[in-house]
Amino acid sequence: MSPTSIFAPVSTPAQSIFGLSIFVLVTVAAIFVVVFSLLAYAAVKYRNKQGDDSSEPAQVYGSTQVELAWTVIPVLIVVALFLATTRVILAIQNAPHPSGAVEVIVTGHQYWWEYRYPKLNIVTANELHVPVSDPAHPTPTFLTLLSADTDHSFWVPRLGGKTDLIPNHPNQMWIDPHETGLFLGQCAQYCGTQHAKMLLRVYVQSPEDFERWVHEQQQSAQPTSSAGERVFESAACVNCHTVSGTPAVGKFGPDLTHLMSRETLASGAVKNTPEILRLWIKNPDAIKPGSKMPAMGLNDPDLDAVTAYLETLR
Amino acid sequence: MSTNTLTLSELSTRPLTLRLHEWVTTVDHKRLGILYILYALVFLALGGIEATIMRLQLIRPHNELVSPQVFNRMFTMHGTTMIFFVAMPLVFGFANYLVPLMIGARDMAFPRLNAFSFWMSALGGLFLYFSFFGGDGLYGAGSAPDVGWFAYAPLTAKTFSVGHSTDFWTLSLLSSGIGSIGTAINIITTILCMRCPGMTLGKMPLLVWLNLVMAGLVILAVSPLSAAQIMLVVDRYLGGHFFDTQAGGSAVIWMHFFWIFGHPEVYVLVLPAFAFASEIIPVFSRKAIFGYPVMVLATVAIGFIGMSVWAHHMFTIGMSAGANTFFVLSTMAIAVPTGIKIFNWLATMWGGRIRYATPMLFCVAFLFQFLVAGLTGVTLAVAPLNWQLGNSYYVVAHFHYVIVGGILFCIFAAFYYWFPKASGKLYSEALGKLHFWLFFIGFHLTFDFMHVPGILGMPRRIYTYEPGRGWDIWNLIVTIGVVFQAAGILVFAANLLWSYLRGKTAGNDPWDAWTLEWSTSSPPPVYNYAAVPNVRSRRPLWDLKHSEDPDWRYE
Repeated sequence: MSPTSIFAPVSTPAQSIFGLSIFVLVTVAAIFVVVFSLLAYAAVKYRNKQGDDSSEPAQVYGSTQVELAWTVIPVLIVVALFLATTRVILAIQNAPHPSGAVEVIVTGHQYWWEYRYPKLNIVTANELHVPVSDPAHPTPTFLTLLSADTDHSFWVPRLGGKTDLIPNHPNQMWIDPHETGLFLGQCAQYCGTQHAKMLLRVYVQSPEDFERWVHEQQQSAQPTSSAGERVFESAACVNCHTVSGTPAVGKFGPDLTHLMSRETLASGAVKNTPEILRLWIKNPDAIKPGSKMPAMGLNDPDLDAVTAYLETLR
Repeated sequence: MSTNTLTLSELSTRPLTLRLHEWVTTVDHKRLGILYILYALVFLALGGIEATIMRLQLIRPHNELVSPQVFNRMFTMHGTTMIFFVAMPLVFGFANYLVPLMIGARDMAFPRLNAFSFWMSALGGLFLYFSFFGGDGLYGAGSAPDVGWFAYAPLTAKTFSVGHSTDFWTLSLLSSGIGSIGTAINIITTILCMRCPGMTLGKMPLLVWLNLVMAGLVILAVSPLSAAQIMLVVDRYLGGHFFDTQAGGSAVIWMHFFWIFGHPEVYVLVLPAFAFASEIIPVFSRKAIFGYPVMVLATVAIGFIGMSVWAHHMFTIGMSAGANTFFVLSTMAIAVPTGIKIFNWLATMWGGRIRYATPMLFCVAFLFQFLVAGLTGVTLAVAPLNWQLGNSYYVVAHFHYVIVGGILFCIFAAFYYWFPKASGKLYSEALGKLHFWLFFIGFHLTFDFMHVPGILGMPRRIYTYEPGRGWDIWNLIVTIGVVFQAAGILVFAANLLWSYLRGKTAGNDPWDAWTLEWSTSSPPPVYNYAAVPNVRSRRPLWDLKHSEDPDWRYE
């Protein structure tokens, strides 16, 4: 079972698209069977057989009735498909926006995702956490989609269709997952060298787990005055990264305040383990060639110290 | 016959430089047509190599055959090459060669414009491939563009595309665009002003009608593309901000400019393919085309509706529900005239006596494949389904079904059908059928199975993918299909070459066909017809061959 199949929907937009797609696929399959059979019949039945004389068959130039039939029937099919489609477009695009909805501002960057929860005062990256939505008491999540650089597209097939993140063109989409779990996807609009490794991870949590996660994420980091923190704050790391509660306030790269609460690094490209984290700081191109994270050129003791410091950011 | 041989030997004794010089300076529509076609075949090989590199990279997850940078250049070059320097020159090549012959004219209306247009297009291809050497300018070793063939803003802005690779891409499309518009004007003028006596608009072969609408679409579609390229140059070099989002420009405007070109372009390519099918299917079914006036009307309808569907490429950019609904309707509506065409070809075959020579094999496969391509097109017109499938491999499979399964199959049919006319030689039927079956198997292995990873969430334009998503086996099968397609293309090239050198003499009319080009010698003389023909029906040679029961009694 593919974890990214559009035919395994767990959220209302994905489910209504799935329902519509079944209607559309059955309709076109029926058309296919009818026309395929006619074509195959004509192609076999009217082939020139051995022993046929060389005379020409009867010349038929056309028929108004037949032409009318194969014009009117397709028109009727188109009308049916159009009406069914319009219903789903309106249901998804004009859905009500309840006041209890979770709001997330998603900003696409070359090649990672920034998630801000303005009402909850949380900033995180690459791993989106949302609460599960009970159909009886829906708690949908509304995403405002922005881009910091080029075009991107947010696509988690089991949760909904994709919507592009376009600079100077804010977009909206919503999801209301009915199941807890991890849902995968990836950027679906070519955005540059590492478009392929701009992966999406959506963690759908029970209300209690989501509460706990929110509470953890709202904490600032405690200054440690460790050797690693000194290296981190004196090197170029702080130009791009934020660790809240410390002098690191860069905005260009992912917020690292709770780095260790994330399961992956480099926008889902690799697992978040101390060895991989160290390699990522040492030589990002070994993991994601063309990513905007530069190799920092730290010596081994500094590298160990920074890795150890980052591991304290829980 | 003997005079022909004499001329050939006479030609071959003259120095090579002189003969090449004649080709370079020619204004003869037939020679220019052949130049367009040979030029396209060279680029077909280049675009095919680029596709093969991509498929080898994607044969398994986390493959490291090429770097992401190289992969991104490959898909940009593959798309740009195949559309602008393979499909367009093939379409123009056949139109150039066939339209004057089929309307009984001695050349195109503007022979010098014709040569100018060809060389402008040729220059475009050189610009594009020069980017491999000059793309990085003073920045480094050189690179081709890597912005994708639709080059969405702001990826093309100076900030994101340093060096000159995007500039070569722009120059290339501007240059070939000028050539395309020139040829389109030429085709329209030729058809409207140069028809032989008796050939009213309603008696033109369908091929001519379809090329007339095609040329009209070229003018309407290529002009905005050229305008957008000029705006992009202004942005990059003169401080403009049309598409520069960092200075308040609009990425969405580029999308509209590109797709108001990009979608009619599909019809620019598919109408000539329909044109070939509309000539070949009747001849090999031994029947007149069914419903000629309806076929003409459907063509014109496709031309008009085709100009109003472009934003179905943009369902995911966050358009209003109203705009989405409009483009759903217009896109679905175009299925109706297209369906009418399939039904009329079917009715032409119905009750016929079908001879399965190689051109007809390709045309019949086209009918089945275009049916599938049209139906997957309807599924993509359903905007909500497009929100899932847009920019996935399902879309890649769909448009290759149109361009390869539809257009390229018809172009191969046209190659085999008119090869005896253009070369004076018969091709090898055995090699032709081998080509057909290899390519048919390869096509279906590659493009049938390519739909599946799209449904399973695989986006296009990724240089590698994660294991465990259910995509691996499908990508493997898709890549295996490439082997068969490549083998088919090699057999095709061998057939053309071998038949040109060793083929049997074709004679004027090897297919017992009905349109004017088969009444002159093979290859036709420079002046096409010694006496300007006079026609009374859509099938002038049928009238000649069946004087007891001519067509003009029924039209």
